[in-house]
Amino acid sequence: MTKKKIYIFDKPENVKRVLFGLYLLCAALLIADFILERYSYHEWEKIPAFYALFGFTAYVIIVASAALLRKLVMRPEEYYEPPNSKTKARKKT
Amino acid sequence: MNEMPLHMLPFLPFLIAGLLVVFTQNTFLRSAILLAAPLIGAYMIWQTRNVVPLQAEILNYNLTPFKTDKLSVLFGYLFCIATVIAVMFSLHIKDKIQNSMGIIYAGSALGAVFAGDLLSLFLFWEIMTVSSVFLVWASNTESAIRSGQRYLIIQIASGLLLLAGALMQLNDTGSLAFTQMGVTSTAGIVILIAFGIKAAFPFMHNWVTDSYPAATPTGAVFLCAFTTKVAVYTLARGYAGTEILIYIGAVMVLFPIFYAVIENDMRRVLSYSMINQIGFMVCGIGIGTELAINGAVGTAFNHVIYKGLLFMSMGAVLHMTGKIKASELGGLYKTMPITTILCIIGAASISAVPLFSGFVSKGMIVTAAIKEDLDIIWLCLLFASAGVFHHAGIKIPYFAFFGHDSGIRAADPPKHMLFAMGIAAAICILIGLQPHLLYNLLPYDVEYVAYDVTHVMTQMQLLFFAGLAFAWLNITKLEPHDMPSTNIDVEWLYRRAMPCTIKGGLSIIIPAYKATTRFILGILDKIVIGNLVRHHGEHGVLSRAWPIGSMVLWVAVLLCLYIVMYHV
Repeated sequence: MTKKKIYIFDKPENVKRVLFGLYLLCAALLIADFILERYSYHEWEKIPAFYALFGFTAYVIIVASAALLRKLVMRPEEYYEPPNSKTKARKKT
Repeated sequence: MNEMPLHMLPFLPFLIAGLLVVFTQNTFLRSAILLAAPLIGAYMIWQTRNVVPLQAEILNYNLTPFKTDKLSVLFGYLFCIATVIAVMFSLHIKDKIQNSMGIIYAGSALGAVFAGDLLSLFLFWEIMTVSSVFLVWASNTESAIRSGQRYLIIQIASGLLLLAGALMQLNDTGSLAFTQMGVTSTAGIVILIAFGIKAAFPFMHNWVTDSYPAATPTGAVFLCAFTTKVAVYTLARGYAGTEILIYIGAVMVLFPIFYAVIENDMRRVLSYSMINQIGFMVCGIGIGTELAINGAVGTAFNHVIYKGLLFMSMGAVLHMTGKIKASELGGLYKTMPITTILCIIGAASISAVPLFSGFVSKGMIVTAAIKEDLDIIWLCLLFASAGVFHHAGIKIPYFAFFGHDSGIRAADPPKHMLFAMGIAAAICILIGLQPHLLYNLLPYDVEYVAYDVTHVMTQMQLLFFAGLAFAWLNITKLEPHDMPSTNIDVEWLYRRAMPCTIKGGLSIIIPAYKATTRFILGILDKIVIGNLVRHHGEHGVLSRAWPIGSMVLWVAVLLCLYIVMYHV
């Protein structure tokens, strides 16, 4: 017997369940795009599953460009101020 | 329309409470005073919502210290709700200065949205600045004190620009009234810059990301509600339909997304997220149609509540664990389940998931953009919606409460904190389910239907496929890791470049100055001192004898002069 408590996402099968739910929902939304009628203001909105594609692509672009940005702007944590300036903190509530 | 009774000015209970709490020793009584102020304030706003503006003549200037219309009333109620939540969240604070300054800050924000002229606005603007900086300084670390100083300088600069603009306006038009201004006059441009600093326009935005993460866990909840929202209010009143705001807003929604992805300090992520959200509002104000203004103002209302909720959940994490860096957190859902759920509600609201508050307001701005044929802007806003989902919808809850297990086993925060977060979460869901409650408060009649098949389905597709991308990147380990780091931004100019330039400059100027003075003194020494020594020194011609004769001569001259002057 170990005292270590097992929490809900410590079990890999629960993580898999969540992921499966996400896949299912995405599939349902994709299918719904072809069944349900939606109106559009812009030509591009008429592309099938435009919003799904846009969401996925935008997310990947954001992450990829953020990695590039990191190369440009990332500096050590104590770049502006020496680290000891934070340890002098007096706890106050 | 009735006259405005002076004792019904809604900011008065806040200012009185701010003074009273300083002299109240009893903790319970202090809490009661702090909670009563926003409730009485809200009652006063409700009572005076239809009165005629209060006029006052001071030094021959016609001022309007109190003027009410639908726009002011909406922000008035909003600030009262935000104060109740923030006060509730900080009930454990014993520091009277923080208590007092927090409530005075809220009260002056309330005063600002009811100010009918630029001078009254300036006055409340400055009280806000001075009172709010104490919420940063209350952290009591060296870095927080320096951050507060930078905050103060930038905010006062904004105030002075407002004053300068107001005086220019007075000179041009003879009136100080705060109405629609636009950018056709110099005064209008100067005042726009003043508002822009407070609204965190690009290049003027770093005070948000600098000072909010430095504030106390409770102070940040006050700070995130007021200053920038007063700025949004002033833009909506003075600059609705000003085209340049569309483009400023578009930049504001885009660039913070990338910074938020790589930022490690969770409250700084929220600060960047705040700039992105204000970008949506600024864009809506720039578009200027009834739908867009409604969208901007409605988003401001919802934003105060859900951003407050997110700041509270991160404040609760900081309060309980003492840590706020993504790299040091993770797995907190195990012992902070209620905070986790409340944070997820805030995250769902800011990401505009259907049934949560963000969905019913943000869609209005996006729809307004596409209806006005602003294609590029529309794409920017859509792109930003995916970005919001990344940093606020996923990053905040995932890295703090899930992700890699940090081993921290902190409990949920005290009850009053949970209660405050609970109120905010309830409002997020209530507005999400019953949007007309918000729509009835908006400045124009709302024809927009949030819950139709198109809006719900397209938004769900956008969000869940972004979520799918997250799952894919996370499984393939392509998602950027949280790293302890500082990311340089525009503030680099005044935190690094300027001090370095000045230091570098001084290291040249000081030796040069020393050398020059040495050279000049050397010359003086040789010519002046040398001559003096030669004539008046030990062996000088003029020091051979006591100069009694010359003294007598001079006395005689003076006497002569005196006699002449007397008789003239």
